[in-house]
Amino acid sequence: MLEVKGLKVSYGGINAVKGIDLEVRAKEMVTLIGANGAGKTTTLKALAGLLKPAEGRVHYNGRDITGRPAFELVRQGLALVPEGRGVFARLTVKENLEMGAYSRGDRARIATDFDRVYALFPRLAERRRQMGGTLSGGEQQMLAIGRALMSRPNLLLLDEPSMGLAPLMVRRIFETVRAIAAEGVTLLLVEQNAKAALETCHRGYVMESGLIALADTAPELLNNPRVRQAYLGE
Amino acid sequence: MDIFLQQLVNGVVLGAIYALVALGYTMVYGILGLINFAHGEVVMIGAMVALTVIQLLLASGVPLPGPVVAAIGLAAAIPTCMLLGFAIERVAYRPLREAPRLAALITAIGMSIVLQNVAMIIWGRRYHSVPSLLPVTPHQFAGATITDLQIFIVLLAALIMAGLLYLVHRTRLGRAMRATSQNPEVAGLMGVNINTVISMTFIIGSALAAVAGLMVSAYYGVAHYVMGFMLGLKAFTAAVLGGIGNLGGAMLGGLLLGVIESLGAGYIGTLTGGFLGSHYQDVFAFTVLILVLVFRPSGLLGERVTERS
Repeated sequence: MLEVKGLKVSYGGINAVKGIDLEVRAKEMVTLIGANGAGKTTTLKALAGLLKPAEGRVHYNGRDITGRPAFELVRQGLALVPEGRGVFARLTVKENLEMGAYSRGDRARIATDFDRVYALFPRLAERRRQMGGTLSGGEQQMLAIGRALMSRPNLLLLDEPSMGLAPLMVRRIFETVRAIAAEGVTLLLVEQNAKAALETCHRGYVMESGLIALADTAPELLNNPRVRQAYLGE
Repeated sequence: MDIFLQQLVNGVVLGAIYALVALGYTMVYGILGLINFAHGEVVMIGAMVALTVIQLLLASGVPLPGPVVAAIGLAAAIPTCMLLGFAIERVAYRPLREAPRLAALITAIGMSIVLQNVAMIIWGRRYHSVPSLLPVTPHQFAGATITDLQIFIVLLAALIMAGLLYLVHRTRLGRAMRATSQNPEVAGLMGVNINTVISMTFIIGSALAAVAGLMVSAYYGVAHYVMGFMLGLKAFTAAVLGGIGNLGGAMLGGLLLGVIESLGAGYIGTLTGGFLGSHYQDVFAFTVLILVLVFRPSGLLGERVTERS
């Protein structure tokens, strides 16, 4: 579904991604783990169309989408939940969700998707008239995910959904991620919480200094001594 | 008391015009963080185009009622200004979107000078008198006089502002505009074409400027190629007073500035024992600007400017 070849991206004058290959197959859950500054967020931003790659090709559903802007990609079913959530602070929860459905015209199905998101996150239904900025960190993450679901994505890119959240909320977010995958959405998850990410996903890539250092199935990576030492704190 | 009420009426009329122009500044600032200093010139072009069409219609000898002539003039000025606003953004601001703020500020001033000179070439350096097309029958109102033109200006401005608030707060485009002003990158992720939203912002602001241009030239009975300069500065002051980036703030700031200026002009003679006359009117607007910048830089309705990490 997503095929990345030789991707190089520079960001702020730094060559953050130095030529990576990556593949995500339909209905798969894939994680990209690595230390701070390894280039994970830059990779996702380039895939979602927020940054233009310096080199390399990105194919999505067989189409070359290299360098296409984000607003076009979301129409093709490729959505990103950005790092730091990017909730519109001065839009209500409901308006935030409506923004998620911005690229769609099918009003009737948007209404059912509202119900779907509110069922997935009852807390958002309670707070639909509140401003996005008044929500707690966990609620904002729910809103950011719910908002991305409103675009009816086929491929969902998630950037650090557990960042800054309390352990209980982290668990809830990972449960939600699994529930979304169970509905048939393909996932590419960037995480610093390597353990939870590898336990959730099918396959994983380990990124170091802008390159893919390891690529394997998630169980293999969980047992890999190098991964255990560097990312699982053993 | 008569002076007070009269100046209040005049101030509200003037304030309604300032508010329309201030909205143009504040909308662009809200989305791009940029002061479009060429906006005053858009107002001037609006006035000039409307005036030219009105003069042609009157010269053609076709017997049309005054308000219809004015409406046709406006109908020509609005699309012209929309196109101009669109072009200004494309030519002067879009290529500099990633450049430092100062660069955009300089092109804004440059754009303003270019437009003034183009207008000077087309319409000359003289003052054009604007024919009165609406009945100026004075109505007595609690000791103050108010004309049909004044009533019409205030009503039309109120109607336009209500329409703008509806657009921004109740429509899909308005929601995209608000989202873009808060976080353009994420708005893009939602499927919003940021460039379209920015163009629409300039187009809408310029339409308001066209209306304000005809209003102000009809109100003072005169149009001139530098008229947009002072008006633009005052409307900018109004936007800052209300809290730049905030629509309600621009409306409130415009209205307040108009009233402060009118009352100031009305009383300055008495207060200084005739030493300063009402032609010192402009002093008030900029006194207000200085006071706001010193004591409340975020304006009346603006959010406190905080450092965000």
